[in-house]
Amino acid sequence: MSADAALTGAEVLLRALKDQGVEVIFGYPGGAVLPIYDALFQQNAIRHVLVRHEQGAVHAAEGYARSTGKVGVVLVTSGPGATNAVTGLTDALMDSIPVVCLTGQVPTHLIGNDAFQEADTTGITRPATKHNYLVKRPEDLARAVHEAFYVARSGRPGPVVIDLPKDIVIGKAPYTPPASGHPSYRPQTEPDHGQIAKAIALLKQAKRPMIYTGGGVINAGPAASAALTQFVRSTGFPITNTLMGLGAYPASDPQFLGMLGMHGTYEANLAMHGCDVLLAIGARFDDRVTGRLNAFSQGSKKIHADIDPSSINKNVPVDVAIVGDAGRTLEALVAAWQADPTQSDRQALTTWWRQIDAWRAKESLKFTQDMKLGSIIKPQHAIRRLYELTRSVQKDIFITTEVGQHQMWAAQHFRFEQPNHWMTSGGLGTMGYGLPAAMGVQVAHPEALVIDIAGEASVLMNIQEMGTLAQYRLPVKVFILNNQYMGMVRQWQELLHGGRYSESYSAALPDFVKLADSFHAVGLRAESVDQLDDVIREMLTIDRAVIADIAVDPKENCFPMIPSGAAHNEMILGAEHEGEAAGITDEGLVLV
Amino acid sequence: MPDTTLRSATISVLVENEPGILARVVGLFSGRGYNIDSLTVAAVESGGARSRINIVTSGTEMVIEQIKAQLDRLVPVHRVADLSLEGPHIAREMALIKVAGVGEKRVEALRIADAFRARVIDATHESFVFELTGATDKLDAFIDLMRHLGLAEVSRTGVVAIARGVRTI
Ligand SMILES: Cc1cc2nc3c(=O)[nH]c(=O)nc-3n(C[C@H](O)[C@H](O)[C@H](O)COP(=O)(O)OP(=O)(O)OC[C@H]3O[C@@H](n4cnc5c(N)ncnc54)[C@H](O)[C@@H]3O)c2cc1C
Ligand SMILES: Cc1ncc(C[n+]2csc(CCOP(=O)(O)OP(=O)(O)O)c2C)c(N)n1
Ligand SMILES: [Mg+2]
Repeated sequence: MSADAALTGAEVLLRALKDQGVEVIFGYPGGAVLPIYDALFQQNAIRHVLVRHEQGAVHAAEGYARSTGKVGVVLVTSGPGATNAVTGLTDALMDSIPVVCLTGQVPTHLIGNDAFQEADTTGITRPATKHNYLVKRPEDLARAVHEAFYVARSGRPGPVVIDLPKDIVIGKAPYTPPASGHPSYRPQTEPDHGQIAKAIALLKQAKRPMIYTGGGVINAGPAASAALTQFVRSTGFPITNTLMGLGAYPASDPQFLGMLGMHGTYEANLAMHGCDVLLAIGARFDDRVTGRLNAFSQGSKKIHADIDPSSINKNVPVDVAIVGDAGRTLEALVAAWQADPTQSDRQALTTWWRQIDAWRAKESLKFTQDMKLGSIIKPQHAIRRLYELTRSVQKDIFITTEVGQHQMWAAQHFRFEQPNHWMTSGGLGTMGYGLPAAMGVQVAHPEALVIDIAGEASVLMNIQEMGTLAQYRLPVKVFILNNQYMGMVRQWQELLHGGRYSESYSAALPDFVKLADSFHAVGLRAESVDQLDDVIREMLTIDRAVIADIAVDPKENCFPMIPSGAAHNEMILGAEHEGEAAGITDEGLVLV
Repeated sequence: MPDTTLRSATISVLVENEPGILARVVGLFSGRGYNIDSLTVAAVESGGARSRINIVTSGTEMVIEQIKAQLDRLVPVHRVADLSLEGPHIAREMALIKVAGVGEKRVEALRIADAFRARVIDATHESFVFELTGATDKLDAFIDLMRHLGLAEVSRTGVVAIARGVRTI
């Protein structure tokens, strides 16, 4: 203890981070955190990546976390540093991403005085975090840091803020190593075996079963995805993934029906609508997934496995609730399925698959690309080609997105075979997420191919991070589907607001090629379909950051689409499926 | 079809007594649009390490289940108990009620106070302060009667509750 007592708060902080296995911090300095930056300067164990905006730091930490399964770490100054981080924190909260964000604070004796760069950070971030701490006594510092990491990664993961007054980091503080457990926060990870048995009994009798899994399976680590694949294959049941759950089950597998929900496939949504037993794992029955609640999968018995009891029976009442970690639950399901001698109804399953295949034959993701020289590029085609041309790349491939139509097309047309390789802002839908998230992924995986599939409007929201890419030589590829519109907004205006395109045109866009150049990256542009493949190939050969500006059809809409307030079986399909439109109700209009 | 009937719930929450805990609980209710009909909080352990928060709320069964689950996932929460569901319980609140008046009304106020077992804890020639403890509806009834008799001011504690018998939270 005597040697430890000689440490400053900043040194205690760094030691605690090191003991928590932290290798990288994404941050931005300022007055309140200068002592921490000084301590960082004097050590080599932890690397610091200097972002260009604090929001970027949090998204980078999210990308880092989602692609590694570790906790992402952020360091920002007081006041504006902390408030700039709030969007990122809320994003991580909505998508259950483990992040620890260290914020500077004015010294304890000035708190409440409207001191320079003071903000009530714990007050502001309380609803934006899973938990937060204000460290007011040096002896609480190490414990708060260890606890923050435990809380961020345990149970349903999420962001945690530690607010650090300047006097606490300057003064001496004692160090204490991580303690195990927590006095009040002890999430249940082991599923109840009685509930597992009830679930298996329902599943064995199912005639039209359906499995729906989400981000929770990704949160539970790669072993959970492996157990999911094993369970799905041994049952022969159809499976769909949410936007957040893509990659948990291999997209190329015939049992995979694609994504479900507002922009999900025809077969996934109709199978949800028509199933008689629904197994949901690590998914939260989000409104983008269920459509109109009183029409959602009305004929099914529902089993819901989730680590957070507040996700169960929140939107949709279920028959069997299983609280526990998705990985442990899936392992228990695999074992119980094999141990139960009851035969599942293979004949009914065959009939069910015949029905599903008929829906699938509709090819709801179909689009028409004119291949003539000079033809305009369809955004779906651009993603298909990006997918196909990256198949020969001998690298791990990670995809991030911004928010909008391009995000949905990426989810529909890029196929994910493994978990943790797809990062997108689902719950908050944060434009500007993709570029910094890709940066975080690339920091964690320097050898990988990391691509941000972007919209021209979204990417401008954190475009300053191009500077970070340059400084750290991060060869992220920004693949912009440039439709010159806030396409998702334009689409809603076309379908719901009489084609009045109020403020959704991306006027005065920058020249993205020059923009790339000014940030020491390479800019490329494809104007027509005949240039697309060359641009993608060139992008893939460049070992620096690239912005590939792909001019796509500004009028293309993203289908299928379940309008807000509509049911799964009231989906709108694209022009390839004329005359099958469903109406939008007045109740639907108020929804987002 | 989900059940749409509303019920009242008395929920007791045992929490780590740390700064901001009350803001967390209240913020959860306002942020998620739940009702708070009454809320009380005080340290209940020697040394003040833990506090007990009693909340009276109302909603559909699904909403009340959601409220409990949301409370339970707050990091500093040790335990959440739905007293109205988990067997018989006692709920009490206290009110200090100031009634101003002279003559016959004053006498009548005293008579009613006696019937309700309200204690007079302050008196002047023109006023009384009554102290009354009991269930919420008893307090409501007393206050209602005082309206015609010079009710001047009311201060209430909100509900504290505990299970009957040996059961503890
Ligand atoms: C423009 C736009 C369009 C969208 N359209 C769609 C769409 O068409 N389809 C779609 O699916 N989504 C869509 N989304 C995303 C949507 O808003 C939600 O973010 C998403 O559906 C939620 O996914 P999820 O249910 O997998 O939950 P997540 O947000 O990933 O939550 C994970 C769930 O798993 C639980 N969990 C966490 N860890 C574990 C663990 N270890 N074990 C067990 N459980 C765990 C959590 O408690 C939680 O309930 C869209 C988003 C945008 C921005
Ligand atoms: C920060 C933020 N502001 C506003 C929105 C609302 N919004 C959702 S999609 C979208 C348009 C996105 O345009 P673009 O990035 O060009 O993508 P596209 O839809 O054209 O593919 C907008 C404005 C949002 N999701 N996030
Ligand atoms: Mg656009």
